[in-house]
Amino acid sequence: MPIIKTTQVTKVYNPDTIPVHALAGVDLEIEAGEFTAIVGPSGSGKTTLLNIIGGLDQPTSGSIEVGGQDISKFSDSEMIDFRQKNIGFVFQAYNLIPVLTAEENVEFVMLLQKRSKAERQARVKELLESVGIADKWDKRPNQLSGGQQQRVAVARALASKPTFVLADEPTANLDSKSTANLLDIMARLNQEEGITFVFSTHDQRVIDRARRVVTLVDGQVDTDVYK
Amino acid sequence: MLLRLAWRNIWRNKRRTYITVASIMFAVFAAIAMSSIQRGAWGHMVDNVVKYYFGYAQIQKDGYWEEQSIDKAFLMDEEVKALQTKLPHVKDFIPRIESFALASYKKSTLGVLVVGTNGEKENAMTKLGTRITKGTYLQPGEKGAIIADGIAENLKIGVGDTLVLLSVGYRGANAAGKYPVKGLVHFGSPELNKRMVYLPLEEAQYFFAADGLVTSIALDIDDKKNIEPTILAVKSKLNQDKYDVLNWKEMIPSLVEAKQLDEAGAKIMLLILYVIIAFGIFGTILMMTKEREYEFGVLLAIGMHRMKLGLTIWVETILLGILGAVAGMLFSFPIVYYFYKQPITMTGDMAKAYEKFGVEPILPAALGLDIFLIQALIVFLMTSVLAIYPLLKIRGLRPVEAMRE
Repeated sequence: MPIIKTTQVTKVYNPDTIPVHALAGVDLEIEAGEFTAIVGPSGSGKTTLLNIIGGLDQPTSGSIEVGGQDISKFSDSEMIDFRQKNIGFVFQAYNLIPVLTAEENVEFVMLLQKRSKAERQARVKELLESVGIADKWDKRPNQLSGGQQQRVAVARALASKPTFVLADEPTANLDSKSTANLLDIMARLNQEEGITFVFSTHDQRVIDRARRVVTLVDGQVDTDVYK
Repeated sequence: MLLRLAWRNIWRNKRRTYITVASIMFAVFAAIAMSSIQRGAWGHMVDNVVKYYFGYAQIQKDGYWEEQSIDKAFLMDEEVKALQTKLPHVKDFIPRIESFALASYKKSTLGVLVVGTNGEKENAMTKLGTRITKGTYLQPGEKGAIIADGIAENLKIGVGDTLVLLSVGYRGANAAGKYPVKGLVHFGSPELNKRMVYLPLEEAQYFFAADGLVTSIALDIDDKKNIEPTILAVKSKLNQDKYDVLNWKEMIPSLVEAKQLDEAGAKIMLLILYVIIAFGIFGTILMMTKEREYEFGVLLAIGMHRMKLGLTIWVETILLGILGAVAGMLFSFPIVYYFYKQPITMTGDMAKAYEKFGVEPILPAALGLDIFLIQALIVFLMTSVLAIYPLLKIRGLRPVEAMRE
């Protein structure tokens, strides 16, 4: 059974004024353990699709099933709970909490989940080591480079042991070295721990490393290639 | 973690925090200073006026205050005398007999108020002896009158001259007497300065043919806060059909009204101050909310509930309020304390106006913990209410739109 299934998902912005059809009937299934890149030109609907899958936005029509549940019918509070437990987000601009250290940023989601202190500490240590940034645990985001911040963001996304990780243009602000480093980490986590990653990206380096590439054009799936 | 997050967020933008805390601090300071000076000034004025003559409370015969007649004099019997020892907060009883009379010297005559009192007790409460401008104060067992210098001026009478008093005594008896002027006293109030004549109590009782009778007993109470309990205690121990126990507010309602009017004016000033400060604080909250909309969106996206996020921001604003209120109290204390110890001295016309009413022309500050706490609490509550704005904003925030900003 796919962990993500979208059926005829549409999204129309400004339906009452000048309608913009961001998604025009997207059917997509993603299995557990995939390393998938959603690509396409600007305005093709990549971020919109990712937002809808992540429960951050509602589709105009169609359904989204995650782990067999139709999340488009969730209330706001149910959706927040769902995101907290099932989805890890990695954003283009890292979006770490500026006043918290690397360690606290990773711990934060677990705190929302009311995990015990011992469990939180063990998991934070494990994740920071896993993304190769354990020595920077006490640094705040403004004391870290872009690449280091994005690695903390990946650790944060994994802290809640999510079903999958959605990464919206995660390498857009990184240099080549940091990009390669980040992709190595995510590929390793995918292969060794079976974590599902779904990216939206323009970046050829990400596309090259993806095992499946879904191309969107004008809000529809144009090609869907497994490598 | 939420508290830590809120605390750290406060110091994210240090300059803004300093400005906001400073504005709250000055608001609290202004409110405390205004309230302290006002309470202090009124306290001082009331003390002056009340201790000037009336005392904080008086025992009178039932109905005397409505119809101030010598016929409403009453016997200061054992029941009343015994009362004094049962009232812990009453330092002394000052029995008085008073009524109007005609005062003459040579060919001049003037209407005066004759007050028979115990010189020693009177001086202890009203400091009448300190008002002597010429001659000497009432001495025990000495026959003689102390008159206001306005009377002396009108009658062209001086110390050592003999004043003739004519009146109607108790139950219509003729009252006539001759009294050597022992001393002159000066009152700030022109009204009192042309009316007051003091005689020893026994002399006045004899003059009014009212041996052993008094028209009022002023109670010298140790502290303002003990007025009401003392009045209640007196009422419970005296036959209420026979006696009235009045507090100074009932005897001088005009002073109470003037105080209330002034307090209402001060409340409006404080309200305006609060509104100005509220706008200042709201400006900060508005900026902070707008600035961090993106961050709020991220926090909602990663699974923070709106309620929890709102609570964090509310705590943040409340912490600002607490910081400002505490800073305001700490800043105010030495200044208010200074003016409590070193009252502002008024000069010029203002001083004359005060002196006219027999009030020392100073503005002392009152030092009351309740003033500090109430003003700080008001500003703190105001901040708490304003902190609802980000809560409302977060309630309607959509993460995607917030992160798109």
